[in-house]
Amino acid sequence: MTSVQKKLLGIVVVVAGAGVAIGFYITGFLMSGPTAYHPPVTQGAQKSVNLTIQTVAAVGPTLSPNASWVSYVVRNNQNQWHRTTIWSLPAHTLVHVTVYQFDGDSGLRNPFMAKVRGTVGNTMQVNGKTMNVLNPDDASHTFAVPALGLIVPLKGVADDAKNQCDTAPCTMAEAHNTITFTFRTPGKGRYRWQCFVPCAAGFLDGFGGPMQTLGYMDGFLNVA
Amino acid sequence: MTRMGHGGRILALWVVSSAISLPLIAIFLTPHLPPGTGSVEAKGQQVDNEVLTMISVWIALGIFAYFGYVLTAFRLRDADPALDGPPIRGHARAQVLWIVFTTALVLCLAGFGTYELLGGAGGGQGSDPVFKAFSGDAKGTPGDPPLQVQVIAQQWQFTFRYPSEGGFESARFVLPVNRQVELHVTSLDVIHSFWVPALGVKADANPGADNIAYVTPKRIEKLAIHCAELCGLFHGYMFDNTARVVSQSAFTAWAKGMRQFVSSVTHYLPKYHHTYLPDPAFRAG
Amino acid sequence: MSVESTAARPLWRRLLGFNLLTGIVLGVGGFYLGWYGGHWLASGLDIESLDYFDDTGQNDVAMFLAYILGVIGFLVGLGFANYPLARMRGYPASMREKEDRGISRYFALSTDHKVVGMQYFIGIGLFFFIAGLNAMLIRFELLRPQPNVWPAGNYLTLVTEHGTMMMGMMTSGILGPFANYLLPLMIGARRMAFPRIEALTFWLLMSAGVILISAISFGGVPTGWTGYEPLNLQGNLGMDAYIMFFALVGLSMTLLGLNMLATVITMRAPGMTWTRLPMFVWGVISTATLMLLAAPVLISVLTMAMLDRTINSSFFVPAMGGSSYLFENLFWVFGHPEVYILALPGFGIVLELLPVFARKPLWGYRLGVAGMLGVALLSWTVWQHHIFVSGIDSDLRPFYMLSTELISLPTGFIFVCAMGTLWRGKIRYSVPMLFCLAWVFNFLFGGLSGIFLSDVPSDVTTHGSFFSMAHFHYTIMGGLVFTFFAAIYYWLPKMTGFTLNERLGKWHFWLLFISFNSTFGPLFALGFMGMPRRVVTYPSNLQFLNDWVSVSAFVIGISMLVFLFNLVYSQLFVREPAPANPWGSKSLEFQLPSPVPVHDFDRIPVILNDPYGYGEEDSLVARPPTLVPAGGEA
Repeated sequence: MTSVQKKLLGIVVVVAGAGVAIGFYITGFLMSGPTAYHPPVTQGAQKSVNLTIQTVAAVGPTLSPNASWVSYVVRNNQNQWHRTTIWSLPAHTLVHVTVYQFDGDSGLRNPFMAKVRGTVGNTMQVNGKTMNVLNPDDASHTFAVPALGLIVPLKGVADDAKNQCDTAPCTMAEAHNTITFTFRTPGKGRYRWQCFVPCAAGFLDGFGGPMQTLGYMDGFLNVA
Repeated sequence: MTRMGHGGRILALWVVSSAISLPLIAIFLTPHLPPGTGSVEAKGQQVDNEVLTMISVWIALGIFAYFGYVLTAFRLRDADPALDGPPIRGHARAQVLWIVFTTALVLCLAGFGTYELLGGAGGGQGSDPVFKAFSGDAKGTPGDPPLQVQVIAQQWQFTFRYPSEGGFESARFVLPVNRQVELHVTSLDVIHSFWVPALGVKADANPGADNIAYVTPKRIEKLAIHCAELCGLFHGYMFDNTARVVSQSAFTAWAKGMRQFVSSVTHYLPKYHHTYLPDPAFRAG
Repeated sequence: MSVESTAARPLWRRLLGFNLLTGIVLGVGGFYLGWYGGHWLASGLDIESLDYFDDTGQNDVAMFLAYILGVIGFLVGLGFANYPLARMRGYPASMREKEDRGISRYFALSTDHKVVGMQYFIGIGLFFFIAGLNAMLIRFELLRPQPNVWPAGNYLTLVTEHGTMMMGMMTSGILGPFANYLLPLMIGARRMAFPRIEALTFWLLMSAGVILISAISFGGVPTGWTGYEPLNLQGNLGMDAYIMFFALVGLSMTLLGLNMLATVITMRAPGMTWTRLPMFVWGVISTATLMLLAAPVLISVLTMAMLDRTINSSFFVPAMGGSSYLFENLFWVFGHPEVYILALPGFGIVLELLPVFARKPLWGYRLGVAGMLGVALLSWTVWQHHIFVSGIDSDLRPFYMLSTELISLPTGFIFVCAMGTLWRGKIRYSVPMLFCLAWVFNFLFGGLSGIFLSDVPSDVTTHGSFFSMAHFHYTIMGGLVFTFFAAIYYWLPKMTGFTLNERLGKWHFWLLFISFNSTFGPLFALGFMGMPRRVVTYPSNLQFLNDWVSVSAFVIGISMLVFLFNLVYSQLFVREPAPANPWGSKSLEFQLPSPVPVHDFDRIPVILNDPYGYGEEDSLVARPPTLVPAGGEA
């Protein structure tokens, strides 16, 4: 091989290597994130969607590399618990949300978030009882979509409750609170939702880790 | 034109281009500069921006005139007898003139900026504000104390407390027109920045700190609020398009209605204070 | 490591020894040692305040230990411990590493300042392109108002990686490759004052860059390049990588500044008085002073941040008695001189090159020096303009407004010197000259927009918005990066001995200049229209401008590819030998052959004049006359 050919080969190898590295960077790292979940739409007099979610104290190794992080988990169309916080919803539809809350309470940093707003009737049902405000110290998480003015505080499991759930997915036999509420999706758009309780255990001020990573305590509603 | 030296021609270029473009800019561009006239403070900042734009354009035209001329007139031409230029190492008078002129310009600009700052056009001023807007501009009765509104920044939403209306907290930012407002901006967790472009307000929200900014809205309009300091994952989403300036009577009605609406949670709120900090040893979970 | 031998050594023998490969092996070993050691410390020693490691799944102590031991292993593997240990055992001083030949010396510790200069050129170039790629990806996301490609957290990591890598790497962007290579030549010396420290600064920077890239596999960095507390404390393990990166960069900067100053002060040739120094050297002097003094502040503030993150001290946690303002102030005390560290070498290059291409002496030499030193001095008095609306004491603001506006005075001196140099010149538009003239254009807009930002009422509109972004990209990219390319086209033929293609260079220049202005010009408007910085979503009425900016940014990327093609094509394939003095410069480095021989000068010259004697009779710069006569061989 002449020296020119050797150099050309070297250039080709370098460029190919750079291309591969860039490809890994983009696909492996940058695009990694939760995938969207599409709940089925029930047609009827009024279109509606049912969403069933769990909030858990530790998400466990099967659902995440960060086993000790708190997380939302959603029940998918195959009736399995799936960790994603990106939910695709149709526009102008009623969404009936059922939350099985398995985590202990951490308390709201801003007690104002304990008032239920933005749901139908500005109320929620906690274990069957209708409430429009929660004691802020009892809150374990919130489901809040600030752009829609929606905030629902989720009641925490008492510290001394028996049979508390360790890691997701949790079963109904374990200690939990059931919270249900309904809200109406607006027009097309992507709306972020988040938890307002500093519930990231171990992080200073409770707002690191799962509170700052998509797929745990923060997500998007893709309304189309 | 041929009787003028190079310097004269450059000066002429500068004067002519300024005479054409500066009036055009003054008429067509500067009225559209931010932040507009939505508040007394915004008006002061707008004047600042207009003056700085005119001066910047004027200076830029001068530099363009000089370099444009020099780079064309003194190009190396192939038939040049000598390859090197004349050995000019400096010119004392030109240097002195430049130093004097630029120093004067800079001092004037600094003085002008300070003047506008004294007029209250300065955004967040910390816990001990010095520059309050001339309260004579607010069309309330003289001696009207400013309306206190606390802006609480948290990850990732702004909420607002109105101590004079019973201390209720709200996720909606509503202000009455023509009344001076004293904003107390604070944060519950990390550094945010409360920015309302239409009102000319920008005040950083630091945890444990009270940042005071004054604003006197002059126009009934919708407002957009942005967070202007990176505060984590949803910093880009920490905006609010539901804020408004309304008439004084509409404000009273709104405050009454909102106070009632959130009454179930108001007694849970901590006592109104300029800063709120979490329990130091707080670790969740 | 050994002297030249006539017999070819087998590959495995050549790979064994203190070089990059050994460095990597020992570095990785040190990393794992630190990682497991840190985990053992946290769990084995049962320290109560470190309990949170279990809850969070993140052990910052292990991360820092891993990085620190990794860097130490890397440096030991390269051979940096050899000389100190040898001297401690009584061996005499020597510079045997300079005697190496062949391509392998670029992958090891070299005490030849020319080798270090080339290492810097390739190393910084590599990271420049990585950071540039991040910028392309950022603009790709901003094509649409709603986030469409990168999830929100990954977008923030992109933004942080772009900013941090550019700021950390390009700080040494001109001093690293060009000052290391050329400073001794310009002052008539054969080496830098501290050759091993010179090599150390390079390898520290390279290990820092690798550490920053590794941040993406540890959860990314959410804070932007400024790393503000308390958001810093909420970061994942990747935040530790950011802290290590800047600590190492700070160390590299301090040592680089020290080395430059020591060299200029002590190693000037006879007759090289302070008033005969080339302007580039004055640029290096002012930059090096700032580096030496400002970088330690960065290292201190990051050490505090590290302590906050690992052992739960509370420097920056208000709930426990700390203050977020402390971080902001300390960071910007470093941060403002830092941006002048980025700008000053560009000043030096422009004033160095303009006389050569206008064929006239530098106009206002003392004024230019005063300008550079004035900027360096005043840069310490302005830092609070970054935090005007943060709630600092409002009495301070008029002072900082005045001091910031005053700094435009010495900057103006540079402009007037450039203007005077071109007056009645015989201007040639070679590629390096084009880049210098573009500097004038870009820095003008950068400086004028700085006036807006320094004026407090105007700052209320522009702080934290895209206007601020446009300002610093005009000064840093329009200033530093353009002069970086001017320096490459001007000096690379001297450094490698092969010319760069002029036509491709002009294509590169015009593509870059036009697309650069097309990219960053509209950002001023976007800032005025209310778009904050570092946002992944924006109001939909701003989409057209954002799309324009993004497409122009992609053209910047294309112009960089043109440059890369030129570099590879002319340096590797065409290889046309460069004359000793292609530009007809009177400066000392161009009186040496291209490429510069290993020993630099045959004999140390005696300096008679400054290198700007164009058009003057008897302007011989140096003796002995065996050197190529000044002004010849155009």
